[in-house]
Amino acid sequence: MAAIATGRSAQNLKELRDELHYVDPASVYFHFWGGLLRPEFGDPSYHNDFARWAHDGLHNPALAERLSVIDPTDHDDLEVLRRAVIDVIEDELDRSDAPEWTSRENRFLFIRSQIVIFDTGIIVDEPGGLPAAAASMSRSSVFYHFIDARRRTPRATEDFTTWLTDLHDEEHRELCTELARIDPFYGTLAETKSSLVDVLERFLAKGGAE
Amino acid sequence: MTLLDRYAPVAGEDAISQLRQLGEHLRGRKVVHVNSTRVGGGVAEILAKLVPLKRELGIDATWEVIEGDGDFYTTTKTMHNALQGASSSISKEQLAGYESTNSRNARVLSDKLADADFVFIHDPQPAPLLGLTPGRRGKWVWRCHIDVSRPNRHVWQYLRRFVSDYDASIFSLAAFSQELPHTQYVIPPSIDPLADKNVPLDDPKMQSVCEEFGLDPEREMIVQVSRFDRFKDPVGVIRAYRLAKKFSPGLQLVLAGGGATDDPEGDAVLAETREAAGDDADIHVLVLPPDAHVKINALQRLADVVLQKSTREGFGLTVAEAMWKGKPVIGGDVGGIRLQVVNHHTGFLVSTPEGAAMRIRYLLHHPGILRNMGEKARLLVRNNFLLTRHLREYLTVMVSLLHETGDRIELS
Repeated sequence: MAAIATGRSAQNLKELRDELHYVDPASVYFHFWGGLLRPEFGDPSYHNDFARWAHDGLHNPALAERLSVIDPTDHDDLEVLRRAVIDVIEDELDRSDAPEWTSRENRFLFIRSQIVIFDTGIIVDEPGGLPAAAASMSRSSVFYHFIDARRRTPRATEDFTTWLTDLHDEEHRELCTELARIDPFYGTLAETKSSLVDVLERFLAKGGAE
Repeated sequence: MTLLDRYAPVAGEDAISQLRQLGEHLRGRKVVHVNSTRVGGGVAEILAKLVPLKRELGIDATWEVIEGDGDFYTTTKTMHNALQGASSSISKEQLAGYESTNSRNARVLSDKLADADFVFIHDPQPAPLLGLTPGRRGKWVWRCHIDVSRPNRHVWQYLRRFVSDYDASIFSLAAFSQELPHTQYVIPPSIDPLADKNVPLDDPKMQSVCEEFGLDPEREMIVQVSRFDRFKDPVGVIRAYRLAKKFSPGLQLVLAGGGATDDPEGDAVLAETREAAGDDADIHVLVLPPDAHVKINALQRLADVVLQKSTREGFGLTVAEAMWKGKPVIGGDVGGIRLQVVNHHTGFLVSTPEGAAMRIRYLLHHPGILRNMGEKARLLVRNNFLLTRHLREYLTVMVSLLHETGDRIELS
């Protein structure tokens, strides 16, 4: 994923709301999901850049909590997600008389993502090959197949479930149910990968559940 | 063993594999990098490695250096400082000299630049070359390595005339980006794990550095490596050391930086630093030559904790260098240090000498936590700030420019 500066920024909540109306959807995407590709250690306090900035830049923990609870996987597309963020900010603006300002140094900088997708050359023909292939995935492959997939597949799910369902229909229903339990938004990519490999091994390795 | 193979054990096989995969899509492309010096400075250090690595990937990469006289470099140095916020002014004659030097270089490089698929122009010195290369066919990228977050507006507006026609630019931090009519990529700088300043050192070498500078490896040591510059706050570091030494009487402080012969303010700050150090035998103010890479490496490795207590910082690659050596870093809560020091994980972000002192005390009295933070710091650098990541992002920019298809590019 390449990060591209948009040149747009905000120093208070009103500016953030106004910019959010116009920024490229790829910017909304970056500020919700891009954090997973940045340095990660344990449980982050907040789960998207808007919430982090509300806390660190505006020193408004209540707003940070309300923004942090917005789960991008609950929203059909980036426009709906964008609207959800704006709604929370407008609620906050309705409550406060004067917008809180931050310094120029701490302003919110809108960045957009550009994703370059290329073939790793690793091909799995049968479900039995998935556990080993998943174990060797890079962080960016985990991101692409487990997170980015939700934006581009018809059922808005990760690639493993899409493939298993398309090719093998009912045969792996229980496995797909387990995969759906893995919440990528509230964990790190390393944790997501670990959970993914664990589920795939339980169900698909020799002597597994299916 | 190829150069790429040498990076695999430190950067990881998957990082090298990604480079090879991306490189396949750029095989045979002509890429020219242009800067203003072959030796010395971070840009030359990076290009000296990036260009051979690109060639190994099958890319026809070359590196050209523009030539100028003393007046040209005086002008570009003033321009550099002004772009970083200094209130310097540049005369019309100096600007005319800047442009005519670029015209002379363009005549020499014109055919090569016009024929390239990609041209990377590094920093302001060669920026006018684009407008001086008629018939160019490739994509031109302006790579800005300096902090232009608060530029002198007159100088920036002058430079912007040359930069705005580029196909893209690259800045080290989003905060450095400017109002420009093209795509602005954000690519942080990197360290080279195989460079003298970062490779593992053997015990005799470490011992010899201790002996040369009168350091006791058995006692606790904190180190800051940086120019003698007020923004690096060396006097604040001494204050933090004194506060911490009350609780760690054996503590030693090393402040190591380059010479300041061409920087009058540097001399003044060095004098202030020496005065603040006074006659404390445990404070070592070291002025080292620019090629003292192995000694800097040893000092960072000898440290228990490394400081970078800047009050203003562009990126601060000495932070990544220290973290690569498994050291937690106590850094100023500014600029690129925030990208590297993950508070409470790879070190601590502080705003005052008192804050730095508190964190020094904390780490020295919790050796287990200190070690754990150091391990996390090394891992963070491995995943984010090595030269291989930097190369991958350059390749990504080239692929993006070839396709220009919005926010998703699928390579078949």
